[in-house]
Amino acid sequence: MIKLDNVTKRFPGGQEALSGLSLSIEKGEMVFVTGHSGAGKSTLLRLIALIDRPSDGQVIVDNQNTQRIKRRKIPAYRRQIGMVFQDHKLLNDRPVFDNVALPLIIAGISRRDAGRRVRAALDQVSLLHKEKQRPETLSAGEQQRVGIARAIVTRPKVLIADEPTGNLDPDLSLEVMRIFRRFNEVGVTLLIASHDIALIDRLGCRRIALEDGKLQQEADPWQ
Amino acid sequence: MAVTRNTDAITPVRSSSKFNIWLTGHASASLSALGRLSRQPFASLMIILVIGVTLALPTAINVIVKNVQSISDNWNNAIDFSVYLKQDLSIKDAEDMANLIKQRADIELVDLITADEALIDFKQQSGFGEALNQLSKNPLPHALIIRPSPDNTGASLALLQEEIGNLPETELVQFDTEWVQRFHAILDIIKQAISIGTVLLGMAIVIIVGNTIRLDIENKREEIEVTKLVGAGNAFIRRPFLWTGFWHGLLGGIFALLIVQYGLYLLREPASRLVGLYQDQGKIAVTSLTITESSTIIGLAIVLSLFASWVTTARYMRQIEPR
Repeated sequence: MIKLDNVTKRFPGGQEALSGLSLSIEKGEMVFVTGHSGAGKSTLLRLIALIDRPSDGQVIVDNQNTQRIKRRKIPAYRRQIGMVFQDHKLLNDRPVFDNVALPLIIAGISRRDAGRRVRAALDQVSLLHKEKQRPETLSAGEQQRVGIARAIVTRPKVLIADEPTGNLDPDLSLEVMRIFRRFNEVGVTLLIASHDIALIDRLGCRRIALEDGKLQQEADPWQ
Repeated sequence: MAVTRNTDAITPVRSSSKFNIWLTGHASASLSALGRLSRQPFASLMIILVIGVTLALPTAINVIVKNVQSISDNWNNAIDFSVYLKQDLSIKDAEDMANLIKQRADIELVDLITADEALIDFKQQSGFGEALNQLSKNPLPHALIIRPSPDNTGASLALLQEEIGNLPETELVQFDTEWVQRFHAILDIIKQAISIGTVLLGMAIVIIVGNTIRLDIENKREEIEVTKLVGAGNAFIRRPFLWTGFWHGLLGGIFALLIVQYGLYLLREPASRLVGLYQDQGKIAVTSLTITESSTIIGLAIVLSLFASWVTTARYMRQIEPR
């Protein structure tokens, strides 16, 4: 589903965030990317989201070579991927419902038709009763769940998350991870950047450890 | 809470036709832009006022010029001119000439004043009666008082004057309306100035609206970045800004009309009195804006404002990308 082939990301200063990284994530997998800050976790996710382009190598997502996606095709590409951010990136000037509905509105679905999907997504993160509230009135964990609802409302095949539990206490973190786990059970491929190794070990998923932009080890507890 | 229970969420997003997406997109963008306008009443009002006042100015001057012109057109037609004939011309020849000129379509009335009639008049009015009696010969020529028909223009009057002046019997044409023609030339200059001024003011509108949209975009930089992350294209993000431009233009144009109409209403009373001095009673009419002119102003306001939004958003949308 996600394949990196000898990918290097060099910044204008010359330092490399990723150096010749190759990895492969199969359809339906739930994989964690770990590593210290600066190890290249965020860069990896940014390349998949086409926020950045690799300096070298290829990134292939759902059989599409992202190198060949032209600038004006990027929005359509991003609509196939769900994204969750550490700082949620919610719009505080509108209620939860509108935040979650945004990807559907962008896809051209009328607000009325979007309603059922939005409520279904909010139901999955147990926030159905908060749809009229503004994100800033919610707790950190609830805000993150709204972000997740927005990421999954279009039912993407791939979901990437950058430190989704970075600002949450252990209980809330586990709750968020359980939500991800449930998506994984219905076939969504997940790639989650996190440094919370204790939590990851509890979930028992494949772990890709990065160090200085390279693969450190690949630990798969199931093997 | 089990995922499988929510069948709605599992069915993939089915996109409707491109045209429908485009249409619903615009419908919601236009409404949300209007909503945003009402949520920032002060900022919106400022822009609407700027557009309104800026457009009202040339419009008002235009209306005034139009009215002054209609008054002065009347002066033009009301003025007769005198043709003094050659000294040695006989009364018979003068009568023939008067009859000939009378047949012209551009002349309404010709009045022949013979030399003798003129002398009697002069004697009575000047008070030199006794002195004039001493003259052996009447020094005055025959004269024609000519009233051009009212449908003459300034140019055709000038031509008429020239033609009659060139007739062999004519000694001198006295045309008292040169100042009217000068006045028309001045009006033409003012009209030119309005055209230039309108272009400059139009540019001012484009700059002001463009700058406001730019600030609006800067304020929404984060929102734009997030929306792009969620998969929005430039067209989607531009739409509400374009609609904001449209509404500002529409409301600004309407405001310009209100200013001009109110100004005309205030001027109606004194202007009618002024017009009445120059025109026959009953023909008094202060021309206001026609429907065509009104819609032109509103249309111009919309086009300028929309153009400004278009250019500004095109410039900035590409710059704002998620970081």
